[in-house]
Amino acid sequence: MAKYNLKINGKTQQVDVDPSTPMLWVLRDHLNLVGTKFGCGMAQCGACTVHLDGNAVRSCSLPVSVVGKGAITTIEGLSAEATHPLQKAWLEHDVAQCGYCQSGQIMSATALLKNNPKPTDADIDAAMSGNICRCGTYLRIKEAIKAVSPLTLRGSDPNGGKK
Amino acid sequence: MKNQDKKNGIKAPIGGLGAGGNGAVSRRSFLQSSALAGGGMLLSFGWFTSANAAEKMEVLNLPEQQWSELAAYIKVTPDNVVKILCPNPEFGQNVMTSLPMMVAEELDCDWKDVVVEMSTHDNVKYGSQFTGGSNSVRMYWKPLRNAGAAARQMLIEAAAQTWGVSVSEITTKAGVLSHSSGKSAKYGEMASKAATLAVPKEVKLKAPKDFSIVSHSKKNTEGVKVVTGKPLFGMDYKVDGMLIAMIQHPPAFGMKLKSFDATAAKKMPGIKDIFSFKLYDDGFVQGGFDTSTFNEMIAIVGKTTWEVMNARKKLNAQWEAAGDVKVTMNGRGGKQEVTVPGRLETTANQMEMMAQYAQKPAQLLRKDGDPETAFKNAAQIIERTYNAPFLAHNTMEPMNFFAHVQEDKALVAGPLQAPGWMEPTLAKILNLPADKIEIQMTRMGGGFGRRAYGSYVYEAARISQKMKAPIKLIYTREDDMTYGIYRPMYTATYRAALDANKNLIGFHVKGGGIPENPVHANRFPAGAVDNYLAEGWEIPSNVTIGAFRAPRSNFNAAAEQSFLDEVAEAMGKDPIAFRLDLLKRAKENPVGKNNDYDASRYIGVLELLKEKSGWGKPENAGKKRGVAAYFCHASYAGHVVDMVMRDGQPYVEQVTSAVDCGVVVNPDAARNMVQGAVVDGIGQSFYGALTHKEGVPEQSNFHNYRMIRMNEAPKKIDVHFVQNEIDPTGLGEPPFPPVFGAVANALFQTTGKRYYNQPFKVEIEKIKS
Repeated sequence: MAKYNLKINGKTQQVDVDPSTPMLWVLRDHLNLVGTKFGCGMAQCGACTVHLDGNAVRSCSLPVSVVGKGAITTIEGLSAEATHPLQKAWLEHDVAQCGYCQSGQIMSATALLKNNPKPTDADIDAAMSGNICRCGTYLRIKEAIKAVSPLTLRGSDPNGGKK
Repeated sequence: MKNQDKKNGIKAPIGGLGAGGNGAVSRRSFLQSSALAGGGMLLSFGWFTSANAAEKMEVLNLPEQQWSELAAYIKVTPDNVVKILCPNPEFGQNVMTSLPMMVAEELDCDWKDVVVEMSTHDNVKYGSQFTGGSNSVRMYWKPLRNAGAAARQMLIEAAAQTWGVSVSEITTKAGVLSHSSGKSAKYGEMASKAATLAVPKEVKLKAPKDFSIVSHSKKNTEGVKVVTGKPLFGMDYKVDGMLIAMIQHPPAFGMKLKSFDATAAKKMPGIKDIFSFKLYDDGFVQGGFDTSTFNEMIAIVGKTTWEVMNARKKLNAQWEAAGDVKVTMNGRGGKQEVTVPGRLETTANQMEMMAQYAQKPAQLLRKDGDPETAFKNAAQIIERTYNAPFLAHNTMEPMNFFAHVQEDKALVAGPLQAPGWMEPTLAKILNLPADKIEIQMTRMGGGFGRRAYGSYVYEAARISQKMKAPIKLIYTREDDMTYGIYRPMYTATYRAALDANKNLIGFHVKGGGIPENPVHANRFPAGAVDNYLAEGWEIPSNVTIGAFRAPRSNFNAAAEQSFLDEVAEAMGKDPIAFRLDLLKRAKENPVGKNNDYDASRYIGVLELLKEKSGWGKPENAGKKRGVAAYFCHASYAGHVVDMVMRDGQPYVEQVTSAVDCGVVVNPDAARNMVQGAVVDGIGQSFYGALTHKEGVPEQSNFHNYRMIRMNEAPKKIDVHFVQNEIDPTGLGEPPFPPVFGAVANALFQTTGKRYYNQPFKVEIEKIKS
């Protein structure tokens, strides 16, 4: 066991866990942040996607020991009341069916738009193909991403548009 | 989580589709039950309907006594918030929105004032509370509207008494009661008085043309929770002191536990206990939904998920061949002894076995006219055989369940499609009366039939009972995929007899599977061909199977609709025109009496599909298109699939869909469901397969079980509904099966080859090499 001071959603949180513990289980079991989902445990489905310093990573395969001073953002960190433009777009396009994969989808999409504010369909396919949706909501996910304009995104980014 | 404080102990008998089956809850039963004591505390999961989530969260925290219960499903606060309870568990089919819409419509309230909550599990008060068989909206269409209308009438009565006017002079609109004198009141103002009045014996329901909520798209009531990552799913369920449990099951179908040594594993950090347990006691009579893939397993219990996962790796277990196992089942066919064969199956052998059985005499399922003579006299016989593999459901949320079993009561909570089906067995294995077992229904991260089989609930209960502690059982993806309740493996041989003028004079289908026969003998083209024969056979197996989105139909539609395409080609007919000709015959002069389908609705779907896809229009002449349409459950659906070749690979580019499911309750969500079914169908037909080697599933996670991804989904899916006023006939499953056939037929147009074996992707690679 070892103590880690983790920067999660802008707050520093301490956990005492085995160094091999994936961030997924640190978030879910130790910090009660259950928006990040367990789907496969081997970085194949994307349900556990979070941001590490703004980049999308699969938290099921990210040991807590390698996070260091990196800033983790989870779905709960986007906004608690669905005010983030991507969350709003998801609601506007009524994307979810079962909803289990959607927080991972939104986190992948947020990371995509951060680096590429006006992605083409091919860009979206490339960035989002690591996220499985078993209900098959891919078309709506794509529409929701395309509906978010660069301007609204900058205005409501939790990091104020800063990289 | 708070437990509900009170619960009436009467339980409806469970059987078949649950209490009362289809169209179940009679008006009488809901009117009676609404007079029972209050529904208890309902704080476990809350739901918000619009963006002002915080405000509504406050509302849901109001003490229970501030809510006036007007009829089962409906509670109103003095300040006019209407809480509607959803009786059925949600797994993505939109019931948390569409069922409350039905209540709100007849209540005549403002949808903006509605908050939705999952109801408690109480089959007497809320009906059979079963999600599956495309049944939720069908089953609750009348009861929920009756509840809404009854509550509205009670509010009117309360206003009439308060104002001293006649009931007939009061009108309602958007949650406001008005009298011709100018008096008006919000529902909330009359709610507490209304709650004391008798529930009306008769109510009048609106005509579909007067609907202002139903048939008008409403956003998912749980949308905000989904996109903000709030706890919703069984996987998210947590109580203080809860332990995490996993189970180690035998590595192969047909094997069992021999012995194990947990010494090293028990020393791992966080581990509380490791023990073996039996799912059912010896001599237990299994109900129809009590699956027993493996009866003895090892439980690993510890403080956190990662610790349990790590300890599990240190477990040293030995397994051995189980041999033939005798079990007593009490399912649809009554009580019977069943022998589950012990052989360790390998996919190549399964295929061989199916080919052998296909040659043997089979069970006669239906015979019209004289098919033998028709085939003897035929100028041309077309015969084709279709095969499909086992499929794993692969819900995104793996199986899991919470259980807290105490001396005199038990609480279980989690994702389950039909809690009432599991309750009797749960009571038996825990030796507790059913009314001492509370089942909480969480949102499900997908179901597709898998969660109709709750052996994981029993496992969780067994483990909690042994640990004397609250536990949450979690399956890893590997557990979920290799210890499944799969879509069976199927095969079918279709034969068509044509006379010298290329008329279809005989039709023969002989189908079988491991371990289930897929044939629906009374479906199209039965009823449309004078000489018709349907036969089926089955091969018992130890591979556990169950419902998978549109059971059997998901294979039949692929096989039959591909076959009809080929027959149309042989006859020199357009595939839609050919189907319409047959359906016209079935409509005007049907063969036989027991035809399951309504030929008129089938025709309607094909005609809408033809129109909306521009089928046969010059502008579409260059497109590689496949068509299929199918009837299953009680609805009709068809698709035109447009395919293209990119980088040497076939892709579905665009799909046009037509559906007749009667009145569409929530149109945008319904479109979403059809689009999802299309994507699912493309994915399963191209990639889906669970194969075995010596009983061991060869796929264990998404690295070797391919799922359709965004880049493989069509760019566009246009969905069209037949507009009618038929009571809803269900939508979760019907759009799914015909996708397989349309894809197969588009593959032929695109590649020039017919594809008979799923998954098509494997077949394409085989044909290429």
